[in-house]
Amino acid sequence: MDNVRELALEQARLHGASRIDGITLRIGALAGVEPEALRFAFEVVMAGSIAATAELHVQAVAAEAFCEPCHLSFAVESGLCECPRCGAISRRLLRGRELELASLELV
Amino acid sequence: MCTTCDCGLPAPQRVDVGAALLSRNDALASALRQRFEAAGVRAINLLSSPGSGKTALLEWLGRHWGHHHPMAVIVGDLATDNDARRLQAAGVQAVQITTGQACHLEAAMVADGLHRLQHDGVVLEQLELLVIENVGNLVCPAAYDLGEAQRVVLLSVTEGEDKPLKYPATFHSADVVVISKIDLAEVVGFDVANARRHIERVAPRARIVELSARTGAGMDALLEALALERLPACA
Repeated sequence: MDNVRELALEQARLHGASRIDGITLRIGALAGVEPEALRFAFEVVMAGSIAATAELHVQAVAAEAFCEPCHLSFAVESGLCECPRCGAISRRLLRGRELELASLELV
Repeated sequence: MCTTCDCGLPAPQRVDVGAALLSRNDALASALRQRFEAAGVRAINLLSSPGSGKTALLEWLGRHWGHHHPMAVIVGDLATDNDARRLQAAGVQAVQITTGQACHLEAAMVADGLHRLQHDGVVLEQLELLVIENVGNLVCPAAYDLGEAQRVVLLSVTEGEDKPLKYPATFHSADVVVISKIDLAEVVGFDVANARRHIERVAPRARIVELSARTGAGMDALLEALALERLPACA
């Protein structure tokens, strides 16, 4: 969460903003981060900064893998990398480990 | 201008950033990885729940492998230096990093640990193995690259076969999954075949090693999975 604060404040400075109204994060299902835990920490970490009243938005990115035998991608539910069509285990994760600051709403 | 009311204040402006949250950690981890490779040392990031047997595994390696193969450990814990002292008693060069509130290790802490090892006379270039024993936690450490060559996740038989399904993010990042305390499998009714199936589904890249730090069973397989020299024949 300190990383979010640092990045957001740096971007706000770059854009000459005086307040951050919204912070949007992109979090992959297999990033190893619990969005609920982020929400919990958000207010505490942002307190006393120009992002103190900012709203936190979390864009969840579903995990997706590629099945070589089927030559098709499939949704990875609950981290299970097993192709629902043929049952093969995929080692190629296409999406789902994102951990990014997507956008800011600046004033 | 503000579109909600007539206050006359400027409307918020949306700015796309698209920056990795852990970019600073990732950059430092890459630098560490280069340093390990240049020094010719195998760096391992060891993850598990508290009490899965990370330290016992390293103690065994220290006693039976470490005599012939220089190794060192950077060990992270919320509090106490008990683990480092256990490892030192097993003849392993070890420094403890107490993280306080942080439930995981970050690359900067590893850099600090390296610095302290060097203070204790450890020469990185002379090591064969550097183990980073992470804080006992199966959630947060997954997101932090520490510059390791391989990530090893431990699951002890007392935790149950379905644990990998509960922590898919961590298991997904594993290069090796160790099923530890395998000598107790029968006693606690742990179904090894079932556990292996679960691990394969959430940790598709991982090699699976069944291991006991009490009997030494599986240690050769682990060393092989880590691309390290096997045990001497008399061990």
